Amino acid sequence: MSELAHSGLARLAQRLDRGEVSAVELAELFLGRIERHPDLNAWLDVRPELTLQQARAADERRARGERGPLLGMPIAHKDIFVTRGWASTAGSRMLEGYMSPFDATVVERLAQAGMVCLGKLNCDEFAMGSSNENSAFGNVLNPWDRAAVPGGSSGGSAAAVAARLAPVATGTDTGGSIREPAAFSGVTGVKPTYGRPSRWGMIAFASSLDTAGLLAASAEDCAVVFNSMLGFDPRDSTSVQRPDEDFTRALQSDLSGLRIGVPAQFFGQGLQPDVEAAVRTAIEQYRQLGASLIDVELPNAPLGIPVYYVVAPAEASSNLSRFDGVRYGHRASRFDDLTDMIKKSRAEGFGPEPRRRILVGTYVLSHGYYDAYYLKASKVRRLIAEDFRRAFQVCDLIAGPVTSSVAFNFGEKAADPVSMYLADLFTVPASLAGVPALSMPCGFGHRGRPVGLQLIANYFDEARLLGAAHRYQLATDWHRRVPPGF
Amino acid sequence: MSLTLADVHRIAHLARFEITDEQAKATAAQLNDIFAMIEQIARVDTTGVAAMTHPLDGAQRLRDDVVEPAPDRAELLRNAPAQQDGLFLVPRVIE
Repeated sequence: MSELAHSGLARLAQRLDRGEVSAVELAELFLGRIERHPDLNAWLDVRPELTLQQARAADERRARGERGPLLGMPIAHKDIFVTRGWASTAGSRMLEGYMSPFDATVVERLAQAGMVCLGKLNCDEFAMGSSNENSAFGNVLNPWDRAAVPGGSSGGSAAAVAARLAPVATGTDTGGSIREPAAFSGVTGVKPTYGRPSRWGMIAFASSLDTAGLLAASAEDCAVVFNSMLGFDPRDSTSVQRPDEDFTRALQSDLSGLRIGVPAQFFGQGLQPDVEAAVRTAIEQYRQLGASLIDVELPNAPLGIPVYYVVAPAEASSNLSRFDGVRYGHRASRFDDLTDMIKKSRAEGFGPEPRRRILVGTYVLSHGYYDAYYLKASKVRRLIAEDFRRAFQVCDLIAGPVTSSVAFNFGEKAADPVSMYLADLFTVPASLAGVPALSMPCGFGHRGRPVGLQLIANYFDEARLLGAAHRYQLATDWHRRVPPGF
Repeated sequence: MSLTLADVHRIAHLARFEITDEQAKATAAQLNDIFAMIEQIARVDTTGVAAMTHPLDGAQRLRDDVVEPAPDRAELLRNAPAQQDGLFLVPRVIE
C-alpha cells in the first residue's frame, strides 16, 4: 500500500477507475500515514470521520458512473484557505478554533471535482514567513532533515507532500511561499498567474500579491488539479476572466525551439555554490533536451526585496485591520474600553512577524510617508514587471535558482528578520510582476538537502511552464525521491 | 531615517496595537533594520513611471446594485466572542 502513497495522481486515478482501490481505502491509507508521522507537525486539523464522509461520497459518485481525474483523490489544504468542517487559523492564535461559515472557492471547486480533504496544513502565521518558524502552533520539520526548516510560509504543505502524507496540497504564494518551501522540501510547487486562482476564502495577507497554488510530487499532477482549481470567480474582485483552458495540453510537447532565458541577476553574489551547481546542471539538461539557452537581464530584480517589504506589509496592515476581537477571532479578556479591547486583542492574537509587518505597513502608508515609500515602491514594482515583459520578448521561459541556499537550520535566521527576508530574493520578482512560476527538485546540495530549479513563464503561460517542467521530470527522477522513512 | 520610541508608539496606536516600552524598544531596532534595507528604493529613477498596484493593471470590477442572498446570521455569529440579540457585543462606546 505504501507504493500507492508514492504514486502520482494518474496512477491513483487508474487504480480507482479499475476498482482496485476505493476512495475510502485511499483516504484511510493517507490518514494512517498522517497519524504515524505527527513529529513533522505539518497538520493543524485532521478529522478522519469528515474525510471518510467525503471519500464515501466520492465512491458513491463513481458507483453511479461518474468519472473524472480528481474523483476520490485526496488533497490537503493550507490553513490559509477557509473550510467549513475543519478549523481555519492561518497559523495564528488570532483565529484559534475559528470555524468558517463557508468554504474558500478553491476548496469548493476541488470538492466539486470529487477531491477528498485530508485536513488543514500548518503554515507561517498569516502566510508571513520563509521557514514555518512563525506558526503559533509550532515549527514544521523538514522530512529530509529534521534539523532543517521545510521553508515557508506553506511549510506544512511542502512537508506533507515530501513525506507523501498527501499526494497534493494547496499552498499560497505571495513572495515565494509555495516555491521556496517546495525547493527546501524537494517537491514541485507551482504559483499560477496572479488573478487566475480565486482569492475568495483565502485569508488575506497582501491582496495584489496573494496567489493560490499547488504543491505535489510532479508538475503533471499540478496541471491536472489546476484544471479544476483555476478559473474566474465573481466573488473575487481581482479574479481574471479568460476562456477555459486545459493546463495539461502542453505536457506532451517536446522542447525543441524552446528558448530559456538565464538572468545574470539570479547568479550573483550570495548564491551558494551547491545550489548553483545543481541549478546550472539542470539548465544544461534543458539544452540537452532540445532547448536553447539565452542570456537575459532583469536589471531591477535585485530591488525586489525592498519593494516587496514595502508593498506586502502595507497591504497586510490594511487586511489585518479586520482582526479586532469584535466579530470573530481572539478577544482579550480584560480591557478598559473598546479601543483598549482592540489594542489588547491584537497584541495578544498576533505573533511577532505579523506585528512587525503591520507596523512597517502602517508606517509606510501613514501621512507624510506614503509617497516616499508605498507610491515609490509601486513604481519600482512596474520597472520589475517591465523587465519580465522585455525578457519574454526574447525567451519563452526564464530559469534560475529558487533560493540562495538549501534549507537552513531552525533558529539560524529567526533572530534577524532582514536576513530571513533575503530568502525571498529570487522569488519576489515573479510575485511582484504577477507572472506564473514554479520550483521543482533538481538535485541535492549541502548536507543532502534538496535544491529547487525555478522556471518562470509569461502571463497566462502556465501550460507551457508545466509542459517544460514535465519534460524535465520525464528525463530525471529527482522529483520521485522520497525522504528515508517515508 | 531612524525611528524613535515615540514613533513606534505612534504607529502602534495607528495600528491599534498595545505595545510596552520594552517591546517598542526591541521593535524600533528591528524596524530600523528593515527600513535601512528598504531605503534603496529611494535611489531608483522612476521619472515618468506609473505606479503598479495590480499586476495586470486591473480595475475594480463592479456589479449591479441588486440584492443577493445574505449569509445566515446565526452562522455569521458562530465565532463571535460575545453576542446579544443577534448582534455583536462590545464594551460601551457612547456614554
